[in-house]
Amino acid sequence: MPDIQVDTNAPAIDVQELHKYFGDNQVLTGIDFEVDRGQVVCVIGPSGSGKSTLLRCVNRLEEPTSGKIFVEGVEVTDPDVDLDQLRSRIGMVFQQFNLFPHLTVLDNLTIAQTKVKKRGKDEAREIARATLEKVGLAHREDAYPAHLSGGQQQRIAIARALSMSPDLMLFDEPTSALDPELVGDVLDVMKDLAAEGMTMMVVTHEMGFAREVGHKLVFMDGGVIVEEGDPKEVLGNPQQERTQSFLSKVL
Amino acid sequence: MAMSPRRRAEVSRYVQYGVLALLLLLVALGADWGTLQTQFLNGEILPQLFPEIFSIALKNTVLYTACAFVFGLVLGLVLALMRLSSVGPYRWLSTVFVEFFRGVPALIVFIGFYYGLPVAFPGRVLPGGTLGVVTVALGLVGAAYMAETIRAGIQAVPKGQVEAARSLGMSHTRSMVSIVIPQAFRIILPPLTNELILLTKDSSLVYVIGLSLSDSELTDFGRRNLSQYVNLTPLFATALCYLIITVPLSIVVRRMEARADRAR
Ligand SMILES: Nc1ncnc2c1ncn2[C@@H]1O[C@H](COP(=O)(O)OP(=O)(O)OP(=O)(O)O)[C@@H](O)[C@H]1O
Ligand SMILES: [Mg+2]
Repeated sequence: MPDIQVDTNAPAIDVQELHKYFGDNQVLTGIDFEVDRGQVVCVIGPSGSGKSTLLRCVNRLEEPTSGKIFVEGVEVTDPDVDLDQLRSRIGMVFQQFNLFPHLTVLDNLTIAQTKVKKRGKDEAREIARATLEKVGLAHREDAYPAHLSGGQQQRIAIARALSMSPDLMLFDEPTSALDPELVGDVLDVMKDLAAEGMTMMVVTHEMGFAREVGHKLVFMDGGVIVEEGDPKEVLGNPQQERTQSFLSKVL
Repeated sequence: MAMSPRRRAEVSRYVQYGVLALLLLLVALGADWGTLQTQFLNGEILPQLFPEIFSIALKNTVLYTACAFVFGLVLGLVLALMRLSSVGPYRWLSTVFVEFFRGVPALIVFIGFYYGLPVAFPGRVLPGGTLGVVTVALGLVGAAYMAETIRAGIQAVPKGQVEAARSLGMSHTRSMVSIVIPQAFRIILPPLTNELILLTKDSSLVYVIGLSLSDSELTDFGRRNLSQYVNLTPLFATALCYLIITVPLSIVVRRMEARADRAR
């Protein structure tokens, strides 16, 4: 299997004229959107505006109806692309964690490393333990997901994605399913990650995180990008009426 | 006369116990205990059944059931995956198979296999003799039931599991093998064990193909001795042997269900 040729000058994510229908329901209408390497881009918007759909199109968990998407210069929307190999370089974190309940924490972190990346067992474990250390859960490697709190599960899910050594990370409302007192731990892990220079696309309702960590903020509504720019600008001085009315409701 | 609800419940319970005691008494008085014992638990016949009832009959029942179950489980998994396939003809084939073997009595499948196969394929026989016939015939029936159970189990695994697996770069097949199927089998362990109990009993149908003593399983063994001794003791002993297999399995199922309830 030839390795995918990554273009180091291309943006991390480049979405061009993306349209997505579910049946007759148009969910994304001509999205143009870029994430540069090392950037943290936060996506906000009302429920049903298409944030998750856009995020899920990037690794083709959702099939775009038309338009093109490139990740590090490789066309994701190319029908002949090696999707599995491409996905192994894109970490994804879900709102509902989606840890594998029949596997221990350590096995959750090693299974894709050994089966997809073909790393040896020892190497995979070593990497898994290092990432667990990073999210502060090294002591729970033998636990099953059901025995962990939501916040711990989400940190494990982040560690699972990280142990594949991805080039970029996608987050779909990673803290929305958590009790308020557990949100902070997960956000701290994400901040550390951002500080290390990880490229991140984050769908979130955490405006504080977006303001503090984000390099760019995107506001979506009704399947289009209504406004984007520096987070402090967009949050502090929104130009579009729809942005203003959304922010007045959530802030 | 006014009774408090609690008092009324108490009276009703006494009445229920009373009726039960009366019924037992009637049965006990009406039954001819002496005849019952000579007919069902005859101390002279019972020892004659050993050791064959264990070393041949029980062993064969377990062997036939186990082979049929394993064959049925593997085939059932294949049928379930076919049923969930995006390829139309696979789905139709699987549906036709399942509907056929679920809808037809197992007895007819046995007869069909034993007498029909040599007609359909002259000069060919299933390898493995009796064991081969039981494995395939009973396995096909079991597969039809288990296919539906396995399909339901696979569909009960949350969609997020596949999405997480695919997002890590696992192929469709790899996600099924490493993530979905192991979880599906946990979910369906109780109904699968129930299926094993049913198969244990259905293995008795093999008597229709005519068995030599060494191939004899519990029911066949019981019938032989029933006619030899003209006494029900062998049949009664055989029935107890079935319970030796099925009751522990039932207990296992109940434990698993209780544990699943607690986890919920
Ligand atoms: N698999 C699907 N099939 C049909 N319609 C879908 C599907 N997934 C999403 N939709 C629809 O697409 C629209 C956008 O959904 P999406 O999940 O992208 O919104 P969102 O911005 O992430 O909302 P939320 O904040 O509630 O997560 C919604 O109207 C939703 O009903
Ligand atoms: Mg969403």
